[in-house]
Formats: sequence, C-alpha cells, structure tokens
Amino acid sequence: MSLAPGIYFLSGNYAVAEGAIMAGCRFFAGYPITPSSELAERMARRLPQVGGIFVQMEDEIASIVTIIGASWGGLKAMTATSGPGFSLMQENIGLAVMMETPIVIVDVQRAGPSTGMPTYIGQGDVMQAKWGSHGQYEIIALSPSTVQECFDLTIRAFNLAERYRVPVIVLMDERLSHLYEKVRVPSPDEIVIIERKRPRSRENFLPFMPDEDLVPPMPPVGEGFRIHATGLTHDERGYPHMDPEVQERLVRRLCDKIRKHADEIIDVDTYAMDDAELAIVTFGSVARPAIRAVKLARENGIKLGLIKLRTIWPFPEKLIEEYATNGVKAFIVAEINYGQIYHVVREAVAGNAKVHLLPKMGGAIHTPDEILDEVVMVKRNAR
Amino acid sequence: MPVKYITEHIWDKYLRKDRLPHIWCPGCGIGSILSAFLMAVDRAGIDLDKLVVVSGIGCTGRVAGYILADSFHTTHGRPIPFAVGLKLARPDLHVVVFSGDGDLVTIGGNHFIHAARRNNDILVILVNNFNYGMTGGQVGATTPENAYTTTTPYGNLEQSFNLPYLAAAAGAVYVARWTSLHVRRLAWSIEEAFHKKGFRFIEVLSQCPTTFGRRNKMPEGIDMLRWFKENCEIRHFEDPKNVAIVLGKKIIVGKFVDIEEPKPTFEEKVWDLIYRLSGGSHGKGK
Amino acid sequence: MDNDGSIVKLEKEVKPARRGIVYIIKDRCKGCGFCIEFCPMQVLKRSEDFNERGYHYPVLEEDPPRKVCIACGFCNLICPEFAIYSKPIEEGEEE
Repeated sequence: MSLAPGIYFLSGNYAVAEGAIMAGCRFFAGYPITPSSELAERMARRLPQVGGIFVQMEDEIASIVTIIGASWGGLKAMTATSGPGFSLMQENIGLAVMMETPIVIVDVQRAGPSTGMPTYIGQGDVMQAKWGSHGQYEIIALSPSTVQECFDLTIRAFNLAERYRVPVIVLMDERLSHLYEKVRVPSPDEIVIIERKRPRSRENFLPFMPDEDLVPPMPPVGEGFRIHATGLTHDERGYPHMDPEVQERLVRRLCDKIRKHADEIIDVDTYAMDDAELAIVTFGSVARPAIRAVKLARENGIKLGLIKLRTIWPFPEKLIEEYATNGVKAFIVAEINYGQIYHVVREAVAGNAKVHLLPKMGGAIHTPDEILDEVVMVKRNAR
Repeated sequence: MPVKYITEHIWDKYLRKDRLPHIWCPGCGIGSILSAFLMAVDRAGIDLDKLVVVSGIGCTGRVAGYILADSFHTTHGRPIPFAVGLKLARPDLHVVVFSGDGDLVTIGGNHFIHAARRNNDILVILVNNFNYGMTGGQVGATTPENAYTTTTPYGNLEQSFNLPYLAAAAGAVYVARWTSLHVRRLAWSIEEAFHKKGFRFIEVLSQCPTTFGRRNKMPEGIDMLRWFKENCEIRHFEDPKNVAIVLGKKIIVGKFVDIEEPKPTFEEKVWDLIYRLSGGSHGKGK
Repeated sequence: MDNDGSIVKLEKEVKPARRGIVYIIKDRCKGCGFCIEFCPMQVLKRSEDFNERGYHYPVLEEDPPRKVCIACGFCNLICPEFAIYSKPIEEGEEE
C-alpha cells in the first residue's frame, strides 16, 4: 500500500517514489542514471507490492516511449532520469505532447554539460525542460526544494498531468535527491487525487475534440472506441491532416491548454516579500541557503525577500512584473547554471528594476554568505 | 460472366473507409500484406475491440491509420517500446506491431532485440522492402549488399541483417519469413501467430517499385513479384543462419522457429510477481 | 493408349470443383496487374477502357469448362487496393 499517514525519514529520491505511489502511479519504466537510480530502485521494490509494474528498459528512449504506451493502457506512468537521459527523451516528450498523454518525468539534474559531474548538483536543464523538444509546445515543470516538497509536488505532478493531458517534469537536483529529511505523509482524505477525464459515451466520439477547457476526454484503449492517435498533425478525429489551418488550431490549442490555465498551475512560495526592496529569485536546492541569506540580511537591516519558484514552467511572469512595478528595485537570480531563469526574469521585469545573475557553474550550491555578499553589493550599486 | 461491379469490399469493415484511398504507390506490396493481415484477423476470430496496432514511421507505418481498431502511429523506431508499455498495462489485449524494416531494425534495432530477449508478448510484423521508401529510397539495414539506393549510388557496401537469425538469436518464439506474393501462407502464418504467446516475428519481403525496384532493374511491382516467384524457396525449419538474403541467390522463406514448449512471457512473469508480492490482491487472472 | 489392358486415358467432361463470382470495385484499381498475372485460372485480363483514375481495371474472361473462376480467393489477398474479391457461386444463384 501507499505509506500510512505519519512521519518518515526519507531521501528526496525515495520521497518522490512514495509520492508517486500515493498519487496512484502504477507503472515505472526507466534506465539507471546517477543521481536518479535510487528512485528507480525504490519503485522496483515498491510497485509490485501495490499492484504496479516496474520494468527497466534498454535505454531512456525506450523508457519514455514505454510510459507513453502504458499511459494509453490506462495507468499513471512515470520515469526518472538525469541530464543525459533527459536529452535522449526529448523527441518523445514531443510525442506525448502531440498525443496528449499524461506522464511524469523526473529529471534529477546534475552538473553538465555532457557526462559532467554525475554525483554533483546542477540546475542546467531548466531551459531544456521547456524547449528541449522540437516544434512549439508547452509543458509543466515543477521544482521541489525540500524532501517534503518532493513528496507533495510529485502528487501534484500526477494531478496536473492527468488534468491537462500533458507531460509534467519534476525538476529535482542531485543534492535534494540524496538529502534525508523528515516527511509528513498526510492521511488519504487530506490528499486530492485527480484522474483523467473520460468520454461520456462512444456515440459520435472524436478523440481529439476538446471540451471548453481545451482538454479532450481521454478514451480508454480496448473498449471499442477504435482510437487512432498519431504524432503527425491531426484533426479532431485523430487522423493525420496536413493542412496549415489544422496545424494552427492544434498547436495553438496544445499551447493554450497550459497558457490559459497558467494561474491555476503556477505555484510560487514567497518569504519576506511584503516590504522587500530586493528579491532573490531561485528554485530547488538554492532556496535553502537563500532563506538563510534573507534572514541574515534582515538582521542587518536590508529589506530582502525571497521568491521561490515551485513551478518553473509556466513561469510566473505576472507575479514578477507586479513586484518589479511595486517596490522591488533589484532581483538577484541565484541558479546553478550560467543564466537560464535569469533571462525569463529579466523579460518579466521589463526594465522596471535591475536584474542580477548570481551563477554557479555546477557541483556546488551557493552559500548563504555568497548570496548575502551579492545582495550587499547590489544594494550598494557597486555592480 | 460471373462478375459483378460493386463499390464495397468484404473487408471494408476492418478499414477506416473515410481514409481511403490509401497513400501507397501503384504496385506497392503493403496493401497485399494488409489484406493478408485482415484475413488472418478474420480467421483467427480476433475481437477487433481487443486488437491494438502500433506502428512507426515509414510507408508500412501508415497501416495503423487504415485499420479500424485502436491504433497508434508513434515516432520513428519506437513502436516496440510503446507496444511493450501498452501490453504490460493491458495484458488482455492483442498487441500487434506492424512497421517497416528501417523503423524496426535499423533505428529501432535496440528495442527489437531487447523485446525478443525479454519475450514480450507482442506480434511483430515487419515489412522488409529493402530501403527507406517513404523518404525516397535510402539504404537501410536490410538493403542487400551491392544494391543501389539513393545513399548508396555506387552499390551498397554493407552486409544486410539476416533478420530471422537475429530474431531467433535474440529469443523470439516464432520466426517466419514470407513475401507479399506468398499472401496466403502469410495469412496462415499470422493466424497461427495470433494463437501463440511471446515474442512472435514475421518478416514479409515486399516490393517497393518506386524507390527500390526502379533503381535495381525491377521498375514495376510486378517485376519484383516475379523476382520473388523465381527465387523464393520454401524451407520450413531451415536453420536461420542460412537464410540471409544475397542478391543473385535464392531467397529462403518459410517458418523457421516455432517453439512449442511454453516459455513464460515477460508479462506473465511480471504479473505473477505482482500477484505474489501484493498478497494476492492484484494480478490474479492477468 | 492401347486397348489391350494397359492404362487408358479416359476423356471425361472436366468440371471444376467450384465456380466463383468475381466482384470488382473498378475505381479502386491502380493497374498493378497482380490479380491478372497471378490468378491460378488466368481468367482476368486488363480492360480496354479506363476507370476514373485512368487505369485499366481487370475484367473477367472465362472459357468454361476449364478456364473459370474457382473462387480460390487469391485475388482478394494479392490486390493491394481492396478492389477485387471472389466468392463461390451458391447453388441456384444466377450467373
């Protein structure tokens, strides 16, 4: 069974696995890669106990395609990987988008590029999560920064995937995956689980005809619906249709499905932002030293706040713009890459405030002092 | 004269009529192979509601779009892992992978050998037209040595795969090779395969006059079919290592592997484990 | 072929085991010629006129008692276009 309500001491990887099982995940296909392997190992042990299927596939490409097949087979399905495997999965993330298949992909980021530092933290896949596959599309990406969030946000990831029939990426990082912390598992009645919409009847059913919320009900396989689903541009019947007007309708809807519901999807945690004049924007493990930096700054009379992104995509542009036009004079974007979310923040700020990048290339997390020093320098306008 | 001119075919009930006419060239063998498949489905008594056809990219991959069953047209090289995931989630369904040589054993080669090794319970029908037809006739892993393709304009320098040998070595429980001329035997083979479990593989040689035949002195579909007629020899249970296709030599067709003793499928083993570990609460009857 | 007890070939009227009707959807034909070439009874040939696509579809040319359609069903299988099939003539059905 899923974990009984109570307090547990889990690693980030294990918390994601248990969160997935709690959310109803009953299929995992993956390939070993540091630092995500423990997640797969936990699923290998736990899934058969709860009636779920685990299979280790021959590579990451097989892994992602297999979970798409399993999702069409009616199961909530997940895979877990890191940077190099995530790169291999990009083409078929596009297939999942085009076929509107709910799946959850966990990317436990490590220092890159290429083989990089397999056992060290990175946050270099942020842009890849949004733009990695070819063509124009939208996905959802969540970013936990505590082991509790690993548990909670994984449940949310499955709910969002089912609700919007879209791949949802859980962007973790290596430090969090191997960190052991206290996790409170709530009782089942405190948890909301969302299932995919099913068609009301087989009469005149068109598999890709959306409801008002732009999401079509997902027909089950093997029940006489005689579905056809393809990665080619298709019309409401699911049949390939090479026509610019059909493309216009389809691609626009696939993107609007997420864009128009951004307000429901976006999840941002703020700390000490009410009167903040300076704000740190960050996500994942960097949020931990960032909170400490905010506390130290406040002790020294600096009005610093923290904006922690729990959803990275869609990005909370309206929220950032609001802060930029209502008192925040400078944003410091702290990320373990050489500027990825930084550009998006700059765009949202639109010149209304200063935006500074505090990068780390990979392998180490910012210390509270490093962040504080940068804040102090920014405040002094020395930069 | 006992002839009637009509507008509907007896097998139209298995086809998405609103998508006909199909895209295949005049003289292409895929339509014949599809006919054989539908006859096999008919004779085996397969419930069309429980049949799923998974294909990839290429001319053969288009079959998924014409069969009136749940069908999935996936990315290039990947119908096998899709089928694996689907069958594991729904072991009650008949899952057929129907795709081409480029898709299944060139780009998709890795998935092919692993599915055979695992003994995934899927029926793989591979149409081998010796090239990448959809994209204009480039060389593939099954193009015979010395054949001309658009990317081997001086003749193919590579040896081609001996697919029955590959499949048998990887662990397939049923391996057969037919052609788009041997349609009746192909239909019987598919029907026979429907009644077996495990990784079943049927290679079907087919004519591609437009991009392969034309460059290899067989410009019409009928020319390649005549080539099959002159050069094919039926040798059931021939050792798969002897059935490589070499230009100028005989082509061996027939049923090469048909393992009788029950070899548990991967799905059976997975569901068995689930049944045991979940204390009997899941997996029984799967 | 003597009358001294050795084997004698008897001339009997040859009747095919079964007669068939050929059904043709002429506008689906793309002129590949497979049914014509591979019909075991060789009772199909190309028409003189064209179908709506410009191809010569098959026409039936029987020469009873031997050269007739026997409803073997091969044309059904070999045709790539679902444009032809044969069925046995049931008893009493008009030709």
